[in-house]
Amino acid sequence: MIRLLMFFLMLALPAKAEEIVLGLSRDQVAITATFEGSDILVFGAIRREAPIPDKSELGVIVTVAGPDEPVMVRRKDRRLGIWINTDAVEVDAAPSFYAVATNAPMRDVLRDVEDLRYRITIPRAIRSVGAQVSDSGAFTQALIRIRAGSGLYQVLEGAVDLEEETLFRTAITLPANLTEGDYEAHIFLTRNGRVIDEYITTIPVQKVGMERWLYNLAHENALIYGLMSLSIAIAAGWGASAAFTMLRR
Amino acid sequence: MQIYLPIAEVSVNAFLLLGLGGIVGILSGMFGVGGGFLMTPLLFFIGIPPAVAVATEANQIVASSFSGVLAHLKRKTVDLKMGTVLLVGGLIGSGLGIILFNYLKALGQVELLVQLCYVVFLGMIGTLMFIESLNAIRKSSKAGRTVPTRRKHNWVHNLPFKMKFRVSGLYISVIPPVLVGVLVGVLAAIMGVGGGFIMVPAMIYLLGMPTKVVVGTSLFQIIFVTAFTTMLHATTNYTVDVVLAVLLLVGGVIGAQIGTRIGVKMKAEQLRILLALMVLAVCGKLAFDLLVQPAELYSLGAGGHS
Repeated sequence: MIRLLMFFLMLALPAKAEEIVLGLSRDQVAITATFEGSDILVFGAIRREAPIPDKSELGVIVTVAGPDEPVMVRRKDRRLGIWINTDAVEVDAAPSFYAVATNAPMRDVLRDVEDLRYRITIPRAIRSVGAQVSDSGAFTQALIRIRAGSGLYQVLEGAVDLEEETLFRTAITLPANLTEGDYEAHIFLTRNGRVIDEYITTIPVQKVGMERWLYNLAHENALIYGLMSLSIAIAAGWGASAAFTMLRR
Repeated sequence: MQIYLPIAEVSVNAFLLLGLGGIVGILSGMFGVGGGFLMTPLLFFIGIPPAVAVATEANQIVASSFSGVLAHLKRKTVDLKMGTVLLVGGLIGSGLGIILFNYLKALGQVELLVQLCYVVFLGMIGTLMFIESLNAIRKSSKAGRTVPTRRKHNWVHNLPFKMKFRVSGLYISVIPPVLVGVLVGVLAAIMGVGGGFIMVPAMIYLLGMPTKVVVGTSLFQIIFVTAFTTMLHATTNYTVDVVLAVLLLVGGVIGAQIGTRIGVKMKAEQLRILLALMVLAVCGKLAFDLLVQPAELYSLGAGGHS
């Protein structure tokens, strides 16, 4: 029934005049022991059935988002002469990483209504409801400020190269302090600030090799992992002692 | 060389970690403190998540203390009997401490309590040790040579269950050492350290043990308390990062060996005054952080339903 409804809806919609064809420099990111961050090149073309419509601004917006997770934001205040955490707001879901790149200033390529609907800019990508503090906006701003400071949230206005209104490309830098999960890349095509096409693809970010093995062991066989850590510690302590005794002889 | 830590999920410079481990290891060997009260704040500073820093630090202390104890055992400066008595108290104490810690966590503000604990205890111990060792040095330089003084008899010596501690040259009741162990265990669990910096002065001033024996005995006790803590963190919070631990302990064990040798060559008073200064410096830094308005008033923590 739903499928049928969807089918009719599809028919009712006008055929897309412009569509995104996409390529990625890598379709997954492997975190190894020497991982120092990674660049992802997002590139593609706009396929058209009709000639380029004139007198309207074409916009390309690329976003890459890490998995959503709840975050506790705490604020310090002075009590009895010392600075302590007083208020806290829990942000229900904030992406662990978020980068948004555009080919022109944000206000030229995206209308507020569309931003609200597709949750494109950083403040919109963060979901915070039911905060009990009056100025909860300040907490969300602080979250964005702190994450932007460590390169986890990036606003890259004008970082998308658009050539001949057809070919586009941009590079997104993933920092070294990444969390694992499925990262989502969204590419939006806009005309006069309205989204006319959207393309979604996932980029899995995963630990591999020794990193993967240790992480699994720590979570699945915690007792064995703990004992292993302790034996390494004891062995290293003994080894150093023995080595120094040898050296002194 | 950057290296990605699997549990902490951050990338850090391997040589920085080796260096930190080495410096803290030297101090650990010299003074018989685990070095946790220095290393844990340092790890926060380079961006390791606090939960991982505290748990991994416990594991690293096991290694540096074990290395230190072996060096002390060779010189017969470990009172195994006293160490065991202290350990019994220590394990009881850390069990109690973890219960208390979880209770305070439920109330919130556990972070503040930890910091206040650091400031109060480090400040108290640092000041006491500093004054005492200054007096000792002044006395010895006036007299030209240290005059052996008779150990004072206080209330400690009038308690039941007396036991002979040959290595320490003591014949005292087991009650004070067990109580010292319990107290240190509680504090160690709350503050996430081995507790050597409280244990060492307590052994010197409360139990009247000779300084040379104190260091080895303290290290001996710390091994077991921190091993217990490591296992607890590994099985309940999954926050022990073995890669981070290995990097820290490679530097740490080498440092501890060097430190122990430096410690032997120095006079007890000098050793104590240095430890006192270090304790006061850390205390001052923490107090400063509490009193001065921080640059960033907001901080991020893991959400979820706690």
